[in-house]
Amino acid sequence: MTAEAPTPKIEVRDLTVAYGRESALRNLSLDILPNEILSIIGPSNSGKTSFLRALNRMNDLEPRIRTTGTIRLDGADIRRDLAAEDLRKRVGMIFALPNPLPLSIFENIVYGPRRSGVRDKNILAGLVESSLRSAFLWDEVKDRLQSSAFKLSGGQQQRLCIARTLALGPEVILYDEPCSGLDPISTAKVEESMTELRKSQTIVLVTNNTKQAARVGTRTAFFLSGEMVEIGPTDKIFTAPDDKRTEDYIVGRFG
Amino acid sequence: MSPRKIREFFIEKLIFLSGVASIVFVALIFVFLLKEGVSLFKTIGLGDFLGGRFWYPISDPPKLGILPLILGSLLVTAGAIALAVPLGIASAFYIAEVAPPRLRDALKTCIEVLSAIPSVVLGFIGMVTLVPFIKRVFGIPTGLTAMTGSIMLALMALPTIISISEDAINSVPGEYKAGAIALGATHWQTLRRVIIHGAMPGIIAASMLGIGRVFGETMAVMMVTGNAAVIPKSLLQPVRTLTATIAAEMGEAVRGSEHFYALFAIGIVLFIISFAINVTADLFLNRGKKR
Amino acid sequence: MSREGRRQTVGFGALLLATLLVVIPVIFIVGMIVAKGWSALSLNFLFTMPTEGMKAGGIFPALVGTIYLVAAAVLFSLPIGIMAAIYLSEYAKDNLLTRLINLSIINLAGVSSVVYGLFGLSLFVVFLKFGVSIISGALTLGVMTLPVIITTTREALRTVPRSYREVSFSLGATRWQTVRHSVLPSAVPGIITGAILSIGRIAGETAPILFTVAAFYLPKLPHGLSDQAMALPYHLYIISTQIPGIPENYRYGTALVLVGLVLILNISATIVRARYRKRK
Repeated sequence: MTAEAPTPKIEVRDLTVAYGRESALRNLSLDILPNEILSIIGPSNSGKTSFLRALNRMNDLEPRIRTTGTIRLDGADIRRDLAAEDLRKRVGMIFALPNPLPLSIFENIVYGPRRSGVRDKNILAGLVESSLRSAFLWDEVKDRLQSSAFKLSGGQQQRLCIARTLALGPEVILYDEPCSGLDPISTAKVEESMTELRKSQTIVLVTNNTKQAARVGTRTAFFLSGEMVEIGPTDKIFTAPDDKRTEDYIVGRFG
Repeated sequence: MSPRKIREFFIEKLIFLSGVASIVFVALIFVFLLKEGVSLFKTIGLGDFLGGRFWYPISDPPKLGILPLILGSLLVTAGAIALAVPLGIASAFYIAEVAPPRLRDALKTCIEVLSAIPSVVLGFIGMVTLVPFIKRVFGIPTGLTAMTGSIMLALMALPTIISISEDAINSVPGEYKAGAIALGATHWQTLRRVIIHGAMPGIIAASMLGIGRVFGETMAVMMVTGNAAVIPKSLLQPVRTLTATIAAEMGEAVRGSEHFYALFAIGIVLFIISFAINVTADLFLNRGKKR
Repeated sequence: MSREGRRQTVGFGALLLATLLVVIPVIFIVGMIVAKGWSALSLNFLFTMPTEGMKAGGIFPALVGTIYLVAAAVLFSLPIGIMAAIYLSEYAKDNLLTRLINLSIINLAGVSSVVYGLFGLSLFVVFLKFGVSIISGALTLGVMTLPVIITTTREALRTVPRSYREVSFSLGATRWQTVRHSVLPSAVPGIITGAILSIGRIAGETAPILFTVAAFYLPKLPHGLSDQAMALPYHLYIISTQIPGIPENYRYGTALVLVGLVLILNISATIVRARYRKRK
């Protein structure tokens, strides 16, 4: 890291994630800067998702997974200094496939706030509106907040999931291949919201789609077989990567 | 800690306690059978109890040998299993492999109905239909025989045997079957050579659970076997099982008498046997799943 | 037809024959109970006391006794059973304790019903001094039905998609909040199915209540949990074996009510399950 870099939002040091004996990620160190969109690209099984799920400790839910190394959020060790629940409220996650709960649109969005003890109806209603607006979904659903979330289209469901995460007021949002099941128009809407959110949030985006990384990422990291090959400004990674393997992946020679 | 966290703490403790409740109840059953049953062995040796040829609980002094009861249970169970295992496995194959979907649903409903009929109802039906029938067909003085019990118990074991065998057959990987058919085998050959082999651990477990069900069955067997506590010589004479003895005599046994303790000691024997049968069946079931 | 083809025909024929040997008795038994018991059925039969030493009148006290017993047993076993299933499905790790719990459940399911009767007599009636009473019988039946409730609830919890849990955790919910607000609501139909099935099963049990609750003849309704009570299955047992000269249609009528009750419960469980599957 260069000296003039701003204080990182998240510092990852020597992170190793292993499933039983197979390691998915080895000795990874990197910094995630405030208000950036860090795209992570790489072929499948390169450890991208394991990395993402280490950042909000979702890996802890799988007893077979062993994690070592440290991750700091604003300087606090996320495994030692923070309860997993509190961490996950600050570091939200959007999954690959839209996964609304079998509840109404309204109840989906207030699921998180309700679990933190928010009861006031006006506050909840306000949260629903503001999060739906930020996810560019408000106009499409404002008249049917009480209908089932399953009735929405796939693209709408994914934006609902984004709104649901935003309702937590997270500082960091992790996107795990959020557009893999979506059509180009829905994808564009999701990307648009991402660029907008960057003003107030830090975003980490794992994607199989290198074009998406090129479109929205401020910086891009390339992962291969559990290691980070290269990280840098998106323009540089896509035009003049330092490593031959990065170039090969980007032009589609493997993966 | 916030009130919510405290509440959660207690709920999770409660969940844990409920989780281990099963262990506690099994232990309680064993302990409370022992508590009453062990007193018997102050006056009678274990060998005399298990191997004694005479069960005269109300003579003076009482004779409390349960060999006739053990043999009665074994005979009735053996008869029931000889009937139910082949029939059950064959039906399971028919339902899983041969029957068209509609017929399959109807047959499964029928088996479910059978499993739902309470044992006392089957006993009643056995009394009014099978007992006179057996008496007439074999020309014997009473239709309350070991064979009558075996037939009724076979009916009760069938749902268990059929449903677990059917699961085992259905869980044989489709590739096995496709592979055999591709090699030119007929459906019947595939069934006999390939599927039965793959489903075997499950079928064995099904049969064992069927045995367990039959051995512990009480009401139906008590109502149709005549309850004569003598060492049985044939299927066509009255017998008395371990379970029926407890059910029939506990009402009259004086609390704290040797007779009372002896009935609990029979309970211990039943408990240990069912424990052994169920653990073995579970081993086979797990083996079937791992493959 | 080829030799192998003929073999197949014969083989499948044998399987069909075996299946018919199983199914025909079932149809025969149910048909006979309905045909012969139908004439006894009336409001009078259901809702009046037995008279003339149970040779006439109705089965009301036995019906009420069974309802009391079943209700109390389920009130006891349903919360424990559901929480036990939650423990096994959502909390338990793959360790020795869990294996021990599973082994215990298998054994609870396999213990002979009359052994449960002995257990109830020794623990509830004698040791805890509840006496021969509804509470003793209900607790005995409750323990007996635990494995059914645990296994069906655990199955219901297992069919809840993994993603419901993941999402809930990712939104900062604790494990209990996840279970309570994300997993349980989706499992409710399955849990209800299991509860109804277990009710059907205990309604027909006789051996566990022989020495813990059942009254031979008690022509009044129970007032509380510490009363003795008549019960349908036990009533059928005594009128078919202990008392001579009971009119045939009374016995069939009682059997019909018992079987009808159990089958109605089973059918409703099937309906709940089918509706739930359709909705998914």
